Amino acid sequence: MREANTEAPFVSFDQVSLAYDGSGNAIEDISLTVEEGEFVAFVGPSGCGKSTFMKLCTGLHPPTAGSVRVDGEPVTGPLKISGMAFQNANLLPWRTTLDNVLLPLEIVRPYRSQFRKRRTEFVGWARDLLRTVGLEDYEEQFPWQLSGGMQQRASICRALIHRPRLLMLDEPFAALDAFTREELWCVLRDLWESQRFTVVLVTHDLREAAFLADTVYVMSRRPGRIIERRTIDLPRPRELAITYGEPFTTLVQSLRKQIGEIRGT
Amino acid sequence: MQLSEKSRQRIAPWAAVVILVMIWEATVRLLDVPEFIFPGAWATAQALVTFAGPIGVHSWQTFWTTMVGFGIGVVVGLVLGFIIGSSKFLYHACYPLLVGFNAIPKVAFVPILVVWFGIGSVPAILTAFLICFFPIVVNVATGLATLEPELEDVLRVLGAKRLDVLLKVGLPRSLPYFFASLKVAITLAFVGTVVSETVASNQGIGYLMMSAGSQMRMALVFAGLIVISAMAMVMYELFAQLEKRMTAWAHRGQR
Repeated sequence: MREANTEAPFVSFDQVSLAYDGSGNAIEDISLTVEEGEFVAFVGPSGCGKSTFMKLCTGLHPPTAGSVRVDGEPVTGPLKISGMAFQNANLLPWRTTLDNVLLPLEIVRPYRSQFRKRRTEFVGWARDLLRTVGLEDYEEQFPWQLSGGMQQRASICRALIHRPRLLMLDEPFAALDAFTREELWCVLRDLWESQRFTVVLVTHDLREAAFLADTVYVMSRRPGRIIERRTIDLPRPRELAITYGEPFTTLVQSLRKQIGEIRGT
Repeated sequence: MQLSEKSRQRIAPWAAVVILVMIWEATVRLLDVPEFIFPGAWATAQALVTFAGPIGVHSWQTFWTTMVGFGIGVVVGLVLGFIIGSSKFLYHACYPLLVGFNAIPKVAFVPILVVWFGIGSVPAILTAFLICFFPIVVNVATGLATLEPELEDVLRVLGAKRLDVLLKVGLPRSLPYFFASLKVAITLAFVGTVVSETVASNQGIGYLMMSAGSQMRMALVFAGLIVISAMAMVMYELFAQLEKRMTAWAHRGQR
């Protein structure tokens, strides 16, 4: 399926800084690499430039200094191989769930030119995705008829429908209640286990980061720098139950302590 | 007999009309106002029946000129609104100009239009157009300009072009604004046509009222008023229904 590119990392940041205006850098001197198929999470206190990192990675914003490369190519504009889900589901209210999920296929090449011809096939893809997240009975409903959790599931389906190699998640579960959140962790875990796309997850939930990711980056306060890279070597597939036992709790504790120190300074 | 809340709501506007007509007739009779000053509801109804033929001919004239003017207004309003709303720069550049234009009383254009096109249907159509396109432009432009950046980002991360964003998000989102403006525009278009007809035409309800007034046949004048407002109400209701059907997603709270 995918060309295994073992030479260069899939995503690489080389001394990247970004300043929106004269008020100083939002993020500063970020250097890191993400391998294809890796699940990385970024945690840090609020306002540390996590969302800025996202914008750089997807090409929504160019860096002020340094370079960002994805799949060996320097990022110059919005990426075509990425899908993104936000804190708010941002579903279009005039489209049904199914049509919302199909939206990227109407935009992204090469699907957009084939959209009419292959519509039935594409609808099949969307149905399959919606089934895996448990929304098969809500295809024809409009977004306002869905609960917050369901909207977020649909939003993740939309981020995945065009089979992106890089999935960007910007605090996608932050607005949900604790039970729904944990449920969606498992949905995301299963999707990732079966398709192994690369995931960049930005979150302020340490348990979420530790449960889902291979690597957790801890960011400092503004200007955001990476102050710690931690590999999570818990065996996979991970069950939700591990989040309530050792060594998971110790791990989260130490991350928690680190963030506390940043906030304290 | 107990009426349900729903049927009471349906009857209410008709009841209001009946009560208003009764107050009108009663006032005229009690104060003994002569018919050539202020005719009562009954006299007006009689005039409506007696002159049904001429009223029909002139209303048809008013109706089609209004619809043509309104049609042009919708097309121009949509295009202008789309252009102005799709760019922040143009929005800021053109908005004061539009407001200034809208402040000019449209009746002031009629003499100019008469010089250019002579009297008849053309000035009426153009006056209807001039008066009704403004709310459409403003609504469509506002609908596009107030697009949430989050919705835009959804498409932008996929590498969507500006035009994609406008067609997939901007346009559908501004449809409720557009349909709301149609309801305002259609009633304004009737105002424009009738104003022009009273000044510069020998056809249409406006002309009919003008000439009937000069002969002190006030019942006929009032019959003309009733016909105009009836036409405007019917068209308004039509567009209100259209709005409900086309943009149900935006009215979800009212179901």
